[in-house]
Parts: sequence; C-alpha cells; structure tokens
Amino acid sequence: MWRTATATATRVLRQLQHDRRTVAMLLGVPSLLLILVHYAFDARPGVFQRTGLPLIGVFPLVSMFLVASIAMLRERRSGTLERLMALPVTKLGLLLGYAIGFAVVACVQATVTLTVGVRVLGLDVAGPMWLAVAVAIANAMLGMSMGLALSAFANTEFQAIQFMPAFVLPQFLLCGLIVDRSEMARPLEIISNVLPLTYAYDALRAVADEPDASSAVLLDLGISVAMTVLALGCGAATLRRRTP
Amino acid sequence: MADEPGAGESDPAVSFRSVSVDRGGRTVLHDIDLSLPAGQVIGIIGPSGSGKSTMMRAIVGVQANVSGRIEVLSQPAGAASRRGAVGYVTQDPSVYVDLSVGENLSYFGRLLRVGHDEVERTLGAVRLAEYRHRRVADLSGGQRARVSLAIALLNQPPVLVLDEPTVGLDPVLRNELWSQFAALATAGSTLLVSSHVMDEANRCDWLILLRDGHVLADCSPTDLLTRTGASTVEDAFLSLVSERGST
Repeated sequence: MWRTATATATRVLRQLQHDRRTVAMLLGVPSLLLILVHYAFDARPGVFQRTGLPLIGVFPLVSMFLVASIAMLRERRSGTLERLMALPVTKLGLLLGYAIGFAVVACVQATVTLTVGVRVLGLDVAGPMWLAVAVAIANAMLGMSMGLALSAFANTEFQAIQFMPAFVLPQFLLCGLIVDRSEMARPLEIISNVLPLTYAYDALRAVADEPDASSAVLLDLGISVAMTVLALGCGAATLRRRTP
Repeated sequence: MADEPGAGESDPAVSFRSVSVDRGGRTVLHDIDLSLPAGQVIGIIGPSGSGKSTMMRAIVGVQANVSGRIEVLSQPAGAASRRGAVGYVTQDPSVYVDLSVGENLSYFGRLLRVGHDEVERTLGAVRLAEYRHRRVADLSGGQRARVSLAIALLNQPPVLVLDEPTVGLDPVLRNELWSQFAALATAGSTLLVSSHVMDEANRCDWLILLRDGHVLADCSPTDLLTRTGASTVEDAFLSLVSERGST
C-alpha cells in the first residue's frame, strides 16, 4: 500500500510540475484574492482581520477540490484508472498517494498565502502559525476527498466544474464566514451543523483568536478530519475494479 | 510468476465456461466456451462491435456483469493474486500524456516492483529509448501506443492482453511488433491480440473468430483454412458466416 501511495504521490506531483501555469495559479491566486479582500474593505479593517485567516484556510479546500475532481475524472476517462485497477494496486494506496501529493501542494500554498497575509497585509493571528497551516492542510484534504468522491458522478469536465458551485459554494455561504450561523434561518443553521466546512471555519476562527491550541480547535479539527475520512471512504467506494 | 503449482504445459492459459456478458441491457457475448493454449499468440479477430474488447476486458477482470466462469492461469479472472500476472493494453493508449515517457514507465515500474534496469530494457524493446524525456502528449499516435505497450511489458507477465495494438501503425512497425509477439510467445508468454484486420490472423498461432458476440471459429489458422476450404482468413470468415445462416 505504501509503495503505491508514495509512487502515486510522486507521479501526481510530477504531473503538476509539468503544468507550470497551474502551479503558478495554485500558489499565486489565493494571495491575490487576499490582497483584494484587504483593499476592498480598506475603510473597515476589522473585516479583513475577521475573515483573513478563514479565507487563507479555505482556499486550499476550493483549489484541491477542483484539481482532485478533474485529475480523477481524467484518470477515469483516459483509461489509466482501468489500467491501475488491473494491477496489484490497492485503492487505499492510490487515494493515499493522491492525498500525500495534494497535501504537499496545500502546505506550500497555505504557507505562501499565510506569509503574504501576515507579513505584507498585517493580518493578526493569535494562535500558532503551524496550527493555521495544519488546519489549511486538513481543509485541502477535505476538499480533495470531496472532489475525488464527486468526480465519480461527473461524465465530463463541464459537470465536474459545476460541482464546485453546487457543493462547495453553499458550504462557503453557510459556514459562518459571510454571516454568523446563529443569525441564519433555523433550518439553515441546522444544515450548517452537518457541513464539513463549518468545522473547518470554526477551527480557523479559533486559531485566529486564541493564543493556544485550545481543545476547541482540536475538536473542530478532529471533526473535519473525520469527515475527510468519510469522504475518502466514499471516494474508495466509487473506484470500481469492474466497470460495465 | 513461474511458481504455478498445477499450471503445467497442458493446462489452458485462459478458459471460458458458459460466459455471457451484458453491457447496457444488451448481451455482448453469448454463452461462450473456450480453452486457449498457453505459450502462443492467440488472435481474437472480428469486425468492430463483435465483442473483442469486451472479451479482453472480461479476461483481465475489469468487465462487470460477466456470467459463467473465466479462468486465467487456473484462477478466476481478476483474482487479486493474478493482478500483475496479466499485462493489459487497452485500445486507446492509457498513459499519462502530461508525463514524459520515462516518468510513465517509472511510475508503473514502481507499482509493479520492477527495477530501473527493466525500465531501460523495455524502453529499448519498443524502441523508445531516445524519446525517454519527451512528453507523451508530444508523441505520435503510434509512439503513444508503444508507450502503453511498454508498460504492459515491464514485468514480463505470463499473459498479455493487447487490444488492437497495431491499429494505425506503419506497416514496418506493425511487422516488427508481430515478430516481437512471436518472440514473447516463444519465451513462454501467452498473448491475446485482438484485431479487426483479417490479414493479421496469419501471424497468430491460434484464432478466435468473433461476430456479434458469437465465436465462429476457435482453431489454428491452418485448420481454419482446411476446414472451410478458403484461401484467406477473410474468405473463411465469410464462409463461416453464411454457414451459420445469418446475414
């Protein structure tokens, strides 16, 4: 399993390495958007301080969701998945390989964005930086596992792209970033309780506000990781050795 | 993979017992019984839509909705213990086009626990050594097909399933590949090679003629010509079709 995982992680990173433009956008776009938020709320610096870190933590989720769903769709359509399924390869090893590869990218992405946010834009983060990066990586894994699982339901790239507004945007709206969850209509608040991004957002808010890695952060992080594992399980279930 | 207790010379490499396959509510293969000899080049010959690819996918164990029993090297097709023992090349080259030739082979080499030397040997065997650093996307169709073939040859599997490997290749290269297939069979591998080009049947040791999911013939090329009194495989195919009374 580990052999498959490390080989696949290396392969995924090599594929990205050949695609310089994607790498440039993965690393640069979050910083640009952060700068945009900073200056758009020029007159109300409190907004940037409140949303800055959650945004930094959520970017990896969105980008990895897209990259992972397209990557797996290509894997299915090009016949490479069928080839892999005919080899002595475990599904878990394959998914783990994807996870490791994308975690590396997410780590670099979050570090770059966090550096720009803190050093250039003066974002205050009360908690430890490593914890902020850890939550960002956890979010990337969450985005990746949702992307992998959902890609099974997309027959075309067009459909896969549409899963972003369909599955990620609602979570983005309901996680508490735009409006406090307690101010939402009650049914929406209840729905937000079961959405993974809610816990990712809570963890990031806690890291931004609290100087120590409190048990609240760890609990939110734990729930986020559990939901990632669940989504990976769904992803593994969509990898079929035999197809019609 | 030579540790085959009970898989002696006489055991078939691949056997079908009452095998039918449904795809999308349609029966693509109809109640097929076959016993394919080991160590030979076996041609699965038939027009497009005859069920060649489905038959190959069933042998590899990636086809769903297979009824009946298929055994490969005395194990059910697709058994976990047989993964890696059956090399499979799909009709469209299934390789990572955004990676270089070398990176593709290294990746699959690691999955198959094959060393760097084997990767180099295989690159040479399909005459792609000088393209090692080229991205697959920048190669011609024939070269891509050879990358795909090279991956299947990496671990020298005892059974090779090649779906239309010579389509669109220039005749010189096609000839070379068929010679390579013969050499692999001589070395002990069993090759199942599909083609819709009837002429290619002459390069095979054993033939399965397929039409509309039915087996028209399952014999050696000489037997086929003797039995039908035809001079070419194409004529034999036609005479078998009219014999069956179908149109």
